[in-house]
Amino acid sequence: MSEFSVIGRRLPKVNAWAHLTGQARYADDLFLPRMLYGRLLRATRPHARIRRLDVTRALAHPGVVAIVTGADMPEKMGIMPSTQDETALAVDKVRYVGEPVAAIAATDEDAAFDALSLIDVDYEDLEPIFTIEEALEREDVKIHDTSKRANVFKEVHLSFGDLEAGFAAADHVRDDWFFFEGNTHAPIETHSAVASYGADDKLTLWTATQVPHYLHRELEKVLGLPRSRIRVVATPNGGAFGGKSDPFAHEFAAALLSLRTGRPVKFTLDREEVFYAHRGRHPVKMRIRTGVKKDGEITAVHYQSFLDGGAYASYGIATTYYTGALLTVTYRIPAYKFDGVRVYTNKPPCGPKRGHGTTQPRYGFECQLDKIAVDLGLDPLEYRKRILQPPNSRTVNELRITSMGLGECLDALQRATKFSEKHGQLPRGKGIGIAGSAYISGAGLPIYWNEMPHSGAEIRIDRGGGVTVMCGTSEIGQGSDMVLASVTAEALGVLPEDVHVVSGDTSLAPVDLGSYSSRVTFMAGNATKDAAMKLRALVVEAAAEKLGVPAERLLTAYRRVYDHDDPSKFVTFTDAAVLAESRHGTLVAAGSYKPPKGIGGTFKGAGVGPSPAYSYQATVAEVSVDVETGTLTVDKLTTAHDCGRALNPANVEGQVEGSAYMGYGEIVVEEQVFRGGLHKKPSLLDYKLPTSLDTPALEAIVVESVDAEGPFGAKEAGEGPLNPVIPAIANAVYDAIGVRFDETPITAEKILDALGLRDNRRVTKDRIGPDGLGDGKADPKRALRRLGATTDARERKTVGGLRPPAPD
Amino acid sequence: MTKELLTLRVNGEARTVAAEPHHTLLEVLREELGLTGTKHGCELGECGACTVLVDGAPVLSCLTLPVAIGDADVTTVEGLARGAELHPLQTAFAEEGAAQCGYCTPGMLMAAKALLDENGHPTRAEIAQAISGNLCRCTGYTAIYEAVEKAAKSV
Repeated sequence: MSEFSVIGRRLPKVNAWAHLTGQARYADDLFLPRMLYGRLLRATRPHARIRRLDVTRALAHPGVVAIVTGADMPEKMGIMPSTQDETALAVDKVRYVGEPVAAIAATDEDAAFDALSLIDVDYEDLEPIFTIEEALEREDVKIHDTSKRANVFKEVHLSFGDLEAGFAAADHVRDDWFFFEGNTHAPIETHSAVASYGADDKLTLWTATQVPHYLHRELEKVLGLPRSRIRVVATPNGGAFGGKSDPFAHEFAAALLSLRTGRPVKFTLDREEVFYAHRGRHPVKMRIRTGVKKDGEITAVHYQSFLDGGAYASYGIATTYYTGALLTVTYRIPAYKFDGVRVYTNKPPCGPKRGHGTTQPRYGFECQLDKIAVDLGLDPLEYRKRILQPPNSRTVNELRITSMGLGECLDALQRATKFSEKHGQLPRGKGIGIAGSAYISGAGLPIYWNEMPHSGAEIRIDRGGGVTVMCGTSEIGQGSDMVLASVTAEALGVLPEDVHVVSGDTSLAPVDLGSYSSRVTFMAGNATKDAAMKLRALVVEAAAEKLGVPAERLLTAYRRVYDHDDPSKFVTFTDAAVLAESRHGTLVAAGSYKPPKGIGGTFKGAGVGPSPAYSYQATVAEVSVDVETGTLTVDKLTTAHDCGRALNPANVEGQVEGSAYMGYGEIVVEEQVFRGGLHKKPSLLDYKLPTSLDTPALEAIVVESVDAEGPFGAKEAGEGPLNPVIPAIANAVYDAIGVRFDETPITAEKILDALGLRDNRRVTKDRIGPDGLGDGKADPKRALRRLGATTDARERKTVGGLRPPAPD
Repeated sequence: MTKELLTLRVNGEARTVAAEPHHTLLEVLREELGLTGTKHGCELGECGACTVLVDGAPVLSCLTLPVAIGDADVTTVEGLARGAELHPLQTAFAEEGAAQCGYCTPGMLMAAKALLDENGHPTRAEIAQAISGNLCRCTGYTAIYEAVEKAAKSV
């Protein structure tokens, strides 16, 4: 029998019922009396000065109540305090097509929409920059004046161990370039926010956000309204995946327009606008040099990344570091050098998407390990097992490793898929591939420097045995409300349905830093457990006195406090709570969590990478390639994931399966690409999301390494499992047709190209991917000419385009 | 902007509202009738989040004008339970973890109900076909298949 009464059981989520009956209230489901409807005017130019912005005609339009522009909110803002380069609405200049320029509030949505075309904007076009190469070279064009070199946003260089000696000791060195195409979150719920400013001088903002606390801080900064008078309520997010973790224009616009009009104001983005809001996966070019001994033991890794950041910072400084920080936590690397550069381009800002910054290097590195295995004649699964970073160790970049279940994941995959028997043995067109990965269970540092807890929780027991838990986490579909309810229920000995969850409300709940970096299970889980254990002690003490049994002998479960030695001796949880309240007064306790010190290094840049625990995972992909049509079919994805302990196995499996689905989309079909600064596919019809008919069979295997510091042993499950899916598929395609895909996505067109079937020349390729950065001879006028391009014929796709740019 | 009186049969009740004739069934359900359980993800017929049943058949309410359906029976997620008793699909979705963020769920439930009403014992391929117009970004669809299969056993 399990030592737990709640943990480890496949219980329905406490918030599921509202979702299944239509009662859940997402932001756009809120309708308030006298509410106005808002719309954003968005830039039509990728890079332009705003010469004139005139709202006179729009203001006169029937139904329009108020309009605000960038001049009304000129304060710089952004999620990372050290790199704030955005304003709520564009001031003086626009930097991507789709950038918000003005905001209208009207009595109905149609009036707001119609009035958009009555705002007169006079743009003076500036030369745009669309590629990493141009951004690195063009000193004469500055997207932001703050860039010291060309259009570089951030450049980092870190070195650990003796790299030269490492490469000198190697028997074999691989040097490969990779390109990971950008893509976006595409949650089914579009962003939405409702602001209401009252006569009490207080502002409430209900919004689909992952980060109510950080948004709270930015609202104060931009609006000049003290935080004590602002309440942010994170409504249930209809999917987020990182795409709702920045402060957004529509949130500030709703707030300011409500302040100006004294009426509630709602903004809901349409689908096209979500592609402009973006903050999705960075396109990254990578060069990886890895030295190995004959047996595959790694002697040195030099990893370089070039990130296309789009027009603004977003989380970019963290993303840049993340591309280099976590390569070291899976396999032993004695010497490591990381160089990273993130540049500005005139495209929607990139930011964090599930796997934040680690997905791209993990793809490159796991593909390279597969090549090394082939070079050395090793089985890719056995090879990985042989070079694992040990548990309870330090990586070369000073990250503390605790529980580490990657070896168990690989073993589980071998049992489930018979990988080693199949690899290299399947008929042409059939392939099997493997990759491993890891991810943080929450970032070791908050986004702004402070010594306070990363997560706080407050729990109250009422006189009827009900329990309320309050915590600032945002429920984005990942199951955070159920984590709070499960941990509370387990600790107190009640059931999740006895627990009322109040989350994501800056006025009602203690601060939790938010639902990003897979931090909620570990950090909010620990804060909640801390609070619950304090109340448990009071309840147990009262029960012990009543039963005449020492408190240490009492256990709590199923709404009872009972004697371990004689379970027939018990008091109900409700009775015990009444006794405890009679003795101690109202039963309320607060708990908090802060990661321990010393889990990372102290060098500059050491702040990104440390985490109190890392999740580990590996995927086996089984694919079929039609060598006549180039069609890639992923038949099955099996992922084994070390989540420490599954607080709720059904929900962990759901995260693993959802990650596999999303990773599949990223390598097979999804790409956020542009034509002359215009998004090529800003709709769900063109930006293809895998449907039920596309999605492969998915299997999730839960591995439990029981982390010593995790709540009941738990670690993250929401992000890590996406990472290995992508290289596993690329490696499986190699196994099927002998072609390396060193760039994403793997389209039928690229497969046909490799097989020599795209044209009549019949030239086959054993690799599709970049060979380096551009040659520095970009034609300065090219970008401007391309602006006018309107047809496919004029577009030369430069995915992974490390060829010299072709003249148009 | 002239509103017209419109009578719809929604979840078994006749409801008369004043709405602009160019507004879609989705807008009328959500904004005039307060039935916000039906969601929108694109308003272009691409995502399926707005799926409702019209005379038992799944329909994209974002592409449907109320005048086009006359007095047909409209069923939304709010009308799925029988009083306080949940539909087996709702119970199975909860038990299998088939609703993560829950946003595609109302449309998914409607598509699944239409399937089960026609075919009490669908194969997995038939379920995949039936929900292929409903995008889910969270689950990878696996838990949804399991939930529909489970519900089929108890319908």
